[in-house]
This record gives sequence, C-alpha cells and structure tokens, in this order.
Amino acid sequence: MCGAPEQTQELPPGTDLTTQTVLTGTVHSGGEPVGGAFVRLLDGSGEFTAEVVTSASGDFRFFAAPGEWTVRALHRSGNGETAVTAERPGLHVVEVEVA
Amino acid sequence: MSRENVLVTADWAEQNLDTDGVVLVEVDEDTTAYDAGHIPGAIKINWKTELQDQVTRDFVDKGGFEKLLSDKGIGNDDTVVLYGGNNNWFAAYAYWYFKLYGHSEVKLLDGGRKKWELDGRTLTTDEVSRPSTSYTAQEQDRSIRAFRDEVIEAIGARNLVDVRSPDEFSGKLLAPAHLPQEQAQRGGHIPSALNVPWSKAANEDGTFKSDEELRTLYGGEGLDDSKSTIAYCRIGERSSHTWFALHELLGHADVKNYDGSWTEYGSLVGVPIEVGSGKAGS
Repeated sequence: MCGAPEQTQELPPGTDLTTQTVLTGTVHSGGEPVGGAFVRLLDGSGEFTAEVVTSASGDFRFFAAPGEWTVRALHRSGNGETAVTAERPGLHVVEVEVA
Repeated sequence: MSRENVLVTADWAEQNLDTDGVVLVEVDEDTTAYDAGHIPGAIKINWKTELQDQVTRDFVDKGGFEKLLSDKGIGNDDTVVLYGGNNNWFAAYAYWYFKLYGHSEVKLLDGGRKKWELDGRTLTTDEVSRPSTSYTAQEQDRSIRAFRDEVIEAIGARNLVDVRSPDEFSGKLLAPAHLPQEQAQRGGHIPSALNVPWSKAANEDGTFKSDEELRTLYGGEGLDDSKSTIAYCRIGERSSHTWFALHELLGHADVKNYDGSWTEYGSLVGVPIEVGSGKAGS
C-alpha cells in the first residue's frame, strides 16, 4: 500500500523506535497549525522521498532512516522547510513554518 | 502523441465540470480523501478494492472491469479525466489500467488533487451518482504490461527503469518513507536498472515537467531510446506515472509497466538482485 495513512502524532501500534527512524511534527503558520498542507521529505541530496498531507491539527509523520533530511511543506497560504539530522533510530520532532 | 491528448489542466477541468461526456474520476487508495471533499461532479474508484481481484494478486478480469464501469456510469464514448492524491500516482495507475482495457478517451488532470488544492479551487462533499451504462471493454493490451519472466530476460538487454526513491533502489528502505518499513522481502533493485525516481518527472506542485525537461532527464540518465523499456517501482503505481511520461508524453513506442514490481521481484527465489546505488564510484 502506498496511500498515506492518517497523519497523527500517535504512532501506529507496534512501532519499534529502537529500529525505526520516525520524523514527526506539525506545520504551522503564525503559531496556528496548518491542516491540508503537502509535506515532502527530501533526502540528503535534496531528492524527493515521500509526501504526506497534514491532519486537521497540522500533524505529519515519516518513517525514514538515519541521515540528513529536509522536510518541506507546501500550502496555498505559503511554503516552508526545515532541515533535520537523524543520527540514530527513534523519534525526531520537526517543526515547519509556512509563510 | 501530444500532451493535449493525454493531459488536461486544472483550468480546463474547472471549465468542463458540467460538460456532457466528460467524467471526472478520483482514484485514491484512501477514499476518505474523496469523502472529505472532491472535485464537483467527480466519482471515485478505489484502486485496491475495485481494480484488484480480491483473492488472486491480479487485476479484475475483463468482465469485472465492464461491470465496474457500467455501475459507475462510465460509457465507452465518455472522456474520462482521472485525478488523485499522492501526485497522481494512483490516477496514473488507473490511466494505464484504463488503457490496458482499451478505453479510448482517458486523460490525467495535470497536478491532480494537490495542484487543485494549492490553487484553492472548489471541493465539495456532495454525493454524485450517474446512471449506469453498459460498458464493453477490450481484451487486455499486453503490449503495455510486463510480467516477471520478461523482466528477468530484460536484464542487461532492455531499458529497466526503477522509479523508486534512491534509498529504496539501494536497498536502504523497502517502502516509501511515509510507510512503516517492516517488510519481509529483500531490498535492492533489478540488475542493470537505471534509477530515475518518478518524482524527477514532476514539478513540486504535482504537474508533469515539460517534454523538453523530460527528454533531458531520461537522456541524461542513460535511457537508450533505441531500446524498449520496462518501468517498475514497488507495486506498480509510481511506475505508471513514469510509463505515462515515457509512453504518453514523450511518445516512446515500446514501454511496459511491470505492476508486480519490487514486491514481486524482491520476493522471488533465486533471481539476481543488485544493492547499492548502482553508479560506478559511489
């Protein structure tokens, strides 16, 4: 299945954070969460890896791997991006501001 | 093959929402996207429950496709305009699938749901129903569908294009990064395959790049246009997107989509697999 599961801060049951590298966070604009934003995960070379749509509360989540990533958000109100380094498996929180 | 025959713009779609003989169809695995808001007048098709046989790993047969389209109210002469989320992955898959069963007038909405939403265009939750039809499909056009034995024979002989992300190609990831990674099959790619991620054929807003950009892309990656081509990904939907770019936009004559893709190939016993980036010196 390639369809994006519903985006929440809560991880799916059985997610093993000792082996999985999860990038999660919210997209916001002026302090308010932005739902319905398109969030793109770009790898260390800037290549597209995955894309999800934020929930009504602005949440997104990716299952990645240790490494350098950029999380880029697109919304009709504006775009924004945040770079993140995941040095090891576990939960990595990323906040993205769009303007 | 010209772009106008296979792609429509969001403006065109918006102007033709009520045009007789034009049927907009949203294709998503996640049907809640449609239910939460869809283009006015559009119907939905679920690629997984409606386009796949629910027992055998294969498509619904010709009779099943005829029943599906008849029930949906799509006629043989209708122009079907497909769109969806995920940068039109599943809409492109449905496009290829409609072509497989011989529907003549089918087009993709350039940019799909994403472009429509980024433009702030209207979505509605109104229920849509169309009177049923009596649809007649053609036998499957196997000239656009590759199976595993043909793929193995194509190693080193034809263009194989792996359109997954570089990390899936190398074997670092087994699935797109928005999905959990715990899967049983082997990682890597089919030997001799080029890695040209589907996303390189699309702009950030989900629209396809220009023909010139696409020619430069595939030429630069070493696609030999004197040879036939097989595209694959994980389950065949992203490679439908690349099949569309190569076959429908650039007009390459012999391009097949391998819908078994990595979930089949990476589970076969004894077939050759290559890991790593596949590029010399890296």
